[in-house]
Amino acid sequence: MDLIHNLSIGMATALQPGNLFYCFIGTLLGTLIGVLPGLGPTATIAMLLPITYSLEPVSSLIMLAGIYYGAQYGGSTTAVLINLPGESSSAVTTIDGYQMARQGRAGPALATAAIGSFVAGTFATFVIAAAAPPLTVIALKFGSPEYFSLMVLALITSVALAHGSILKALAMIVIGLLLGLVGTDIYTGAPRMTMGYLELADGINFVAVAVGVFGIAEILRNLETERTREVVTTVVTNLMPTREDLKAMAAPIVRGTLLGSALGILPGGGAVLASFAAYTLEKKVSSTPERFGHGAIEGVAGPESANNAAAQTSFIPMLTLGIPANPVMALMIGAFIIQGIVPGPNVAAERPELFWGIIASMWLGNLMLVVLNLPLVGLWVRVLRVPYYLMFPAIMAFSAIGVYSINTNIFDMYSVAIFGGIGYLFYRLGCEPAPLLLGFVLGPMLEEHLRRAMIISRGDPMIFLNRPISLTLLLLSVAALVVVFLPSVAKKREQVFVEDD
Amino acid sequence: MKFNTKDAAAGALFILLGLAFGLHNYLALDIGTNTKMGPGYFPLVLACALVILGIAILFHAISTEDEPWGPVPWRGMFFILLGPIVFGATIQGLGLVPALAIICFITSFASYRMSLPLAIVLTAGLVFFCVAIFSWGLGTPIQLFGPWMNVVGLGN
Repeated sequence: MDLIHNLSIGMATALQPGNLFYCFIGTLLGTLIGVLPGLGPTATIAMLLPITYSLEPVSSLIMLAGIYYGAQYGGSTTAVLINLPGESSSAVTTIDGYQMARQGRAGPALATAAIGSFVAGTFATFVIAAAAPPLTVIALKFGSPEYFSLMVLALITSVALAHGSILKALAMIVIGLLLGLVGTDIYTGAPRMTMGYLELADGINFVAVAVGVFGIAEILRNLETERTREVVTTVVTNLMPTREDLKAMAAPIVRGTLLGSALGILPGGGAVLASFAAYTLEKKVSSTPERFGHGAIEGVAGPESANNAAAQTSFIPMLTLGIPANPVMALMIGAFIIQGIVPGPNVAAERPELFWGIIASMWLGNLMLVVLNLPLVGLWVRVLRVPYYLMFPAIMAFSAIGVYSINTNIFDMYSVAIFGGIGYLFYRLGCEPAPLLLGFVLGPMLEEHLRRAMIISRGDPMIFLNRPISLTLLLLSVAALVVVFLPSVAKKREQVFVEDD
Repeated sequence: MKFNTKDAAAGALFILLGLAFGLHNYLALDIGTNTKMGPGYFPLVLACALVILGIAILFHAISTEDEPWGPVPWRGMFFILLGPIVFGATIQGLGLVPALAIICFITSFASYRMSLPLAIVLTAGLVFFCVAIFSWGLGTPIQLFGPWMNVVGLGN
């Protein structure tokens, strides 16, 4: 009953014309940047974060959330039509989706992705609604040691599940943590690692770092090899899947939805991991695994459901605990803070209309996305024909306005250039930017809870092991680390990622 | 002999960064005690971890095959990174319209395919679009023309 009551509060908020409008704008933008390779939700949300300042809190969060899950829909269109992941989470969709398109079945492939995403989105909305209240209750019991251990777990799992070298990802986290600590120490007021710059007293601007390492570095990556994209010239006809298609996609959609929902809740998880895991699962349970790679509809249905489910359930740790599971959620926390709301267990109790409004808007957003993506697919194909050299000056202009308008501080513009350069350098050295950004956000929180815990325990580090919840979280972190370093798992992990590159 | 230059460079960079952060924290900040951690405590721990990770990556480099570095987009890097710097240097003096025009124009040339007429058209279009959305639509409080534009009678 509570669930229905809560969701109806949410629906009432989400259905207000203004919020409906921003939900639409968010999903529209999400689809657009999802379709366009080379511009992801992280950079987009970072750029748009400052302008949400002038909006109502609910509207701005509904819009930003729409960008994230909308991008999961848009990404599949590009994957199917031009064999390029529009979004990293649709990388596996290129394998079978593009093959289906080559066999003249682009329509059913797109429809499968949309239906799967919609089912997953609906289910995930209910998962959030059902899981959030109990988690909020648990979270209220959390003290500093528990928060510290939870953040350690989030950081470790984000590495375990990342693409590429684990050691490098760990190092990127540490650098992120260090960069996050730049600025005035809250306990003593001492300036730390500011190199004498007064502008750094409040720390390095988070949005500047996000735009730099995700937006600018990505542009530089794309400029390495300027190719013309080959857009499938055939007009997409016959979107309706056949009866056999529907039958074949049903089970994978269910499996993908469940798997994605579970992996999204995990701290450090998210859409990318979910899609890879779902593809592997589908291949494993299939009685005809040899069809995979040659246009198997299961290879589209599973991953596309999973990435959408995970994109949505990854809101759970952020909404209930105030802990970001991935860089996008870190930006969402930034959006909350801009609005003067501290994300955490109190939000649900103090601002129910906001909390449940965001959740309810996700389902409405999913409904809009089906309409935006299927009948309007022709429009997105045309968007794909826009050459990249016309796109990146626009990205640069938006970034400039976005970053500058946060504090109207010139120094932030220099940070963008510096972090763009640094982000690209790290990319060239084979290091992913996501762990750095996650570390950057968690750095100050991690230190604060560590120091508080140590004050409580009078300097005894055993406090982290004596408290059952904290101990469990730390044991899970150790287990995650051990597992990824096991030779057999390490090999498998490489295979999963390599075969789809 | 196996030697991965990419990993080696990454390892060396991490070690250097770790040493720089570590020394700074050790010399300039109060470390404190376990109970009452000073501002330098946690950063110093992190810096040590970074050095250790850097060493491990360096060792890993010796046992893995080298991989190709690929092309470096020097031209792209120059124009793309120059854009925000020039925007930052001019936004308060010139105002939003000229600074936007400058960043669009400069970054356009990051691509080999850009031509002068196309860059001009693109810049004009983008400036109009951004001003329409951000200044007129969303009311972003950045002045359109700054004090330096008084010379031509546009500033305020």
